[in-house]
Amino acid sequence: MSIGPAAKVIEARTGSRLEKVLRAGHFAVTAEIGPPKGADGRRIQQLAALVKDYSDAQNLTDNQTAVVRLCSLAAAVHVLNSGGEPVLQMTTRDRNRIALQSDLLGAASLGVRNVLCLSGDHQRFGNHPEAKGVFDLDSVQLTATVRQMREERLFICGEEIKAPPRVFVGAVENPFAGPVELRVLRLGKKVMAGAEFIQTQVVYDVEGFARWMDTVCAAGWHKKTFILAGVTPPRSAGALRYMSRIPGMKVPEELIRRMEKASDKLREGQRIALEIINQVRAIAGVSGVHIMAINWEEAVPEIVSMAGLYPRP
Amino acid sequence: MILARPKTVSSILALVGGMKSLVVAGCQECVTVCQSGGRKEVSCVAQLLEIAGKKRGFPFEIAQVTVFRQCDNECLVPLDALMEKADACISLGCGVGVQFIAERYPTVMVIPGVDTVGGGGTVMSGVWEERCAMCGECILAETTGICPVTRCAKGLLNGPCGGSVDGRCEAGTDLPCAWEMIYHRLKKQGRLDSLRRIRPPKNWAHSGSGAMRKVIREEVMPCLSALPLK
Repeated sequence: MSIGPAAKVIEARTGSRLEKVLRAGHFAVTAEIGPPKGADGRRIQQLAALVKDYSDAQNLTDNQTAVVRLCSLAAAVHVLNSGGEPVLQMTTRDRNRIALQSDLLGAASLGVRNVLCLSGDHQRFGNHPEAKGVFDLDSVQLTATVRQMREERLFICGEEIKAPPRVFVGAVENPFAGPVELRVLRLGKKVMAGAEFIQTQVVYDVEGFARWMDTVCAAGWHKKTFILAGVTPPRSAGALRYMSRIPGMKVPEELIRRMEKASDKLREGQRIALEIINQVRAIAGVSGVHIMAINWEEAVPEIVSMAGLYPRP
Repeated sequence: MILARPKTVSSILALVGGMKSLVVAGCQECVTVCQSGGRKEVSCVAQLLEIAGKKRGFPFEIAQVTVFRQCDNECLVPLDALMEKADACISLGCGVGVQFIAERYPTVMVIPGVDTVGGGGTVMSGVWEERCAMCGECILAETTGICPVTRCAKGLLNGPCGGSVDGRCEAGTDLPCAWEMIYHRLKKQGRLDSLRRIRPPKNWAHSGSGAMRKVIREEVMPCLSALPLK
């Protein structure tokens, strides 16, 4: 496998709406939709209908936190059927290279034009902690694989692909995991592997995020990939506290206190999200926001409107 | 060494309930070092079985033997006479030892008395840690002698995941993040560039996920060793 086609800012070539928006220089908005723990697709269709006009693309999580849910590929098709633009999240935790490449071909054949490559939360956190983690590939290798399949028209094994998957390729990064030097090295590695956009871990610690962005910009990575800052409107102080305990999350204590004091928690949560959007928007090198309104997708339209990011291009 | 953890005597008893003649077999190699299957543990398991046998009013006849190495057929000779009248053998050797005994005595039930954990070493008295997943394709030269296949909970080859915080692994706060350790050591060695190299997908066919592995080296085979060197 030849690896690491350096990311180049090139003309949109995948038919992805998100790619078009980003390459045109607009401040992008993506929204996350969490598939349900059941076989009912209507909820996804409802959520897609709700957020599609307020976001350029909608992420479908892949068994997030290692909890079994309706699969991200089927969820992506529900979004397509609702007129949305899915970002198919793919983790390397549950599938080996055979299944990942196969799913990618299937997704592209169904009209999915964006894919997000992740390693995935460790199975230990989920509802099947006794499961065997696959991790045949890691997220960097998956990113390089998708680019190789798209551009070189080759599977990992080197065999030719007659109809390559035309997808816009993204990856994730956590600015708060530290040490910053290591995190930026890893971001660079993902970009070199072919990540055209990066969605970050939820930003509550804006100062910490700004410091990370400084290092990212000093290395020039913001010119080779589009960075979308993660934003999650908190629903309550308890939710913030819960998130502060998730590995890789950083939540300033004063934010939790602010939520505790607020009389209208939901309003305050939306206000916090709005402030964070405005703050990260002012940071050099940030190309958009990825709104993860976990179990509160209904909040997305108002937040996007309040941020002056509606209508979408 | 191969790390192993003792099984409970009650789980062994559940398998030998109606039997009379037992052989408890230890091994002087790894399981002696990790204190799960040496002479001392053989004696301990035998005594506990003996007590249990007396309690049920139908005592076991228990033979104890600890061989030099269970994973070597020649070393199993001391078991030959004992196994002739045995109903079962409880091997406190690793999974390899259990299988070598089972292969040599196909008519006798062999019961593992330990759970084999992996390749590791002693970090302090009473604490052993895994270090090698035996993947069949060693990359330790590139990772400063820290194995990400074994020590990263996801076996990642291109740096840490997003879940490690303050040097701790997301899968357990008592575990250090292997990639953060590799990063610090690479930095000390002035080799951070190694982290920039994208490591391609690993060939897991060399690992346990391929077919059963076999090492064949003709140069050390007895029939060929007599030949003059080229």
